[in-house]
Amino acid sequence: MDKALTLLSFGPEGWGDEIAWGVVVTVCLAIVTLPFGLFLGFLIALAKKSSEPSLRLAANIYTTLFRGLPELLTLFLVYFGLQIAVQVLLKMAGFDFYFEVNSFIAGVIALSFVFSSYTSEAFLSAFRGIPQGQYEGGYALGLSKGKTLRLVVLPQLIRLALPALGNSWLVLLKDTSLVSVIGLSDVMRQSGIAARVTKEPFMFFGIACLIYLVLAMISSTGLVRIERWSKRGEATR
Amino acid sequence: MISANPATGLKRPPAPPRRWTKTRIFGHVLMALWIVSGAWLLYYLAINIASPFVLKYWPEYLSGFFVTLQIVGLSLLIGAILSLPIAAARASKWWLLSKPAYCYVYFFRGTPLLAQTFLVYYGAGTFQPQLEAIGLWGLFREAWFCVIFAFSLNTSAYQAEILRGAIQNVSRGQWEGAAALGINKKITFFKIILPQALIVALRPYGNEIILMLKGSAIAAIVTVFDLFGETRRAYSRSYDFQAYIWAAVIYLFLVEMLRRLWDRIEIRLTRHLIR
Repeated sequence: MDKALTLLSFGPEGWGDEIAWGVVVTVCLAIVTLPFGLFLGFLIALAKKSSEPSLRLAANIYTTLFRGLPELLTLFLVYFGLQIAVQVLLKMAGFDFYFEVNSFIAGVIALSFVFSSYTSEAFLSAFRGIPQGQYEGGYALGLSKGKTLRLVVLPQLIRLALPALGNSWLVLLKDTSLVSVIGLSDVMRQSGIAARVTKEPFMFFGIACLIYLVLAMISSTGLVRIERWSKRGEATR
Repeated sequence: MISANPATGLKRPPAPPRRWTKTRIFGHVLMALWIVSGAWLLYYLAINIASPFVLKYWPEYLSGFFVTLQIVGLSLLIGAILSLPIAAARASKWWLLSKPAYCYVYFFRGTPLLAQTFLVYYGAGTFQPQLEAIGLWGLFREAWFCVIFAFSLNTSAYQAEILRGAIQNVSRGQWEGAAALGINKKITFFKIILPQALIVALRPYGNEIILMLKGSAIAAIVTVFDLFGETRRAYSRSYDFQAYIWAAVIYLFLVEMLRRLWDRIEIRLTRHLIR
């Protein structure tokens, strides 16, 4: 027990500080991905519910693509593909030096693709829950299309989409662990290093699992609060 | 479709021509981009179909493909069997059963599959003496077995939730109706409740299969040479990016086929519900 505590302490003997940094990296990765994924997902949902068939088809191809590829493969495609693309561009521009893509940025890009294809579904089903009369009311008041969307539809949309978005967020949190494979020092990688050095793999991977569980629990309570906040208008009725 | 008004005999006016709105132009531009990249991909695949890379590595890809199918199939099957007692325990009124089942499901759904796989594969070494004592060490030394073990536990938690949700979704009136007819509980469950529940569970089960297929790429990280493992090996030997492009095409094809097949099955099995 003493040995376990020493190994987990924050001092030079322990791995507590390294793993804590890993938690920060994991959380940062998920939080940075969130706005990109949400915005992209919203745009794709808009395209999917558009009356224009070509736009719908284009959006559907996007989701089919990123929901069909394994997340790990998407990550590798982005990581190595980006590297090769930048290398080729640099060579064309006349520079000749080795370029390495930051694994954090590659992770954000790949996870944004995956996350947005899931959130677009959440937004789309929320759009279906908003009656046509809301749009018509907005237009009748002389609001433009954009303003109707922003001021009338979006506030209701968020309330409807929140449960599904919350699920996607939990999936995103778990998917961040994959970025450790391309070398990002997140929880998974740091505990892997600790496991290898200390020869205590079960303890350290168990701790990594527990950290993910705790992150999921914190997210769930946060999501319940946000949901309650989004429904504050209904409670008074 | 009524082409003419029967009362007046007047023809319906033709639909107004569709104008080139901004949305329409934008949609066409996006579609053009997809078509160009799709055509480029097809061209790329076509010129590389007999390239040295493909000729050298296609047997590896094929064996990786079968390993992936094997891992996914076995895990799903074992998971399905395991999910039955877990779902039953989870729905039990006795907290001594339902609480542990809840924790089990929460653990496996709340942590990444990668972490679970590492926990089993690397963590088994911690229990080497105990595992040797019961003669299971030989199994846990194999990455392939560890992957199946971890994936089965993971999918059993998801499948248990699907099953429980579906069974509880069947309305109580069905139980009561059967009881009123004097049918005993066991027969009610297997002949009345379960068939209805499985239809509800069909779609989530399909999603779980696809999730498992995509998640199985994780096996490659712990040195199992499944489709993704072979891809990584081929790339590290050749530094040829087409390794990943072929893998993407195969995975996409597989997932899309599965999805379509599942849609067919669903239509077939629910045809009595369509009115």
